[in-house]
Amino acid sequence: MNEVQAADTRQDLTGNTSQDTRALLPRVDVLEDDAGITLLADLPGVPKDHLELKVEGDALVIEGSMAPFTPDTLEPVHAEVRLPRYRRSFTLSRELDASRIEANLKDGVLTLRIPKQAHAQPRRISVQVR
Amino acid sequence: MYESMRGFPTSLFGELDRLQREFDDMFGFSGRPAGIRSVAPGTYPAINIGNTPTSVEIYAFAPGVDASKIEITLDRGVLTLSGERPNDLPDTNDKVSVYSRERLGGSFRRVVNVPDDVDPEHVNATYRDGVLRISLARHEPAQPKRITVQ
Repeated sequence: MNEVQAADTRQDLTGNTSQDTRALLPRVDVLEDDAGITLLADLPGVPKDHLELKVEGDALVIEGSMAPFTPDTLEPVHAEVRLPRYRRSFTLSRELDASRIEANLKDGVLTLRIPKQAHAQPRRISVQVR
Repeated sequence: MYESMRGFPTSLFGELDRLQREFDDMFGFSGRPAGIRSVAPGTYPAINIGNTPTSVEIYAFAPGVDASKIEITLDRGVLTLSGERPNDLPDTNDKVSVYSRERLGGSFRRVVNVPDDVDPEHVNATYRDGVLRISLARHEPAQPKRITVQ
């Protein structure tokens, strides 16, 4: 369903490998209209309290981990989803107003609305005819 | 103009995995024999199956579905789950540009073989956060009997 996005898990000089933070890359739909950008991401298994949205500089980072829902005695037989977390990041261009992002998570679907800065909305420039 | 929205910081491994995924999507599979009812990788919804000593657990990763409209049937060792994921995009018109359409949806049907010792009277299904969990209890196994030697 999703590909794996590997984090850098290189060994440091003492031979310790950093913790495995590989994550699935969630599928997204991105649309733009005059007032901003709408982003929809499929994050099945992620409840609201396990979702992290961060804006770091000009990067928007979406991270979600699945709440555990399998019994301890479960032995996997067939797994198409092999990691319990999602991560994907996007660079936002400057006319988007990251401070006014609205987010909604329902049934594993994250909907983000990123409005454009008020002054960046398209203005019609009228042509004066002399 | 919005190329930068699509670019994201990535390591080399992420790109290689993406290439592998796209290759697999197009050319399938690893060559090992697949189940006769198996589907292409990347089909919606993805399914995980596992066993516990007392049940068979099936997880379908199906975000955005109306749980009351999912149909689950169990017939002669074959469990079928089907339904439809409606299109949830906001209305598009001339003024909307679509940059990315990766999410899958529409009508779906997935089929799973379940072992013979599953009890069809004790099947439980719940839907939460986009994951459909189907739990099929197994019949109590015959108690092992100890045979004493006279």
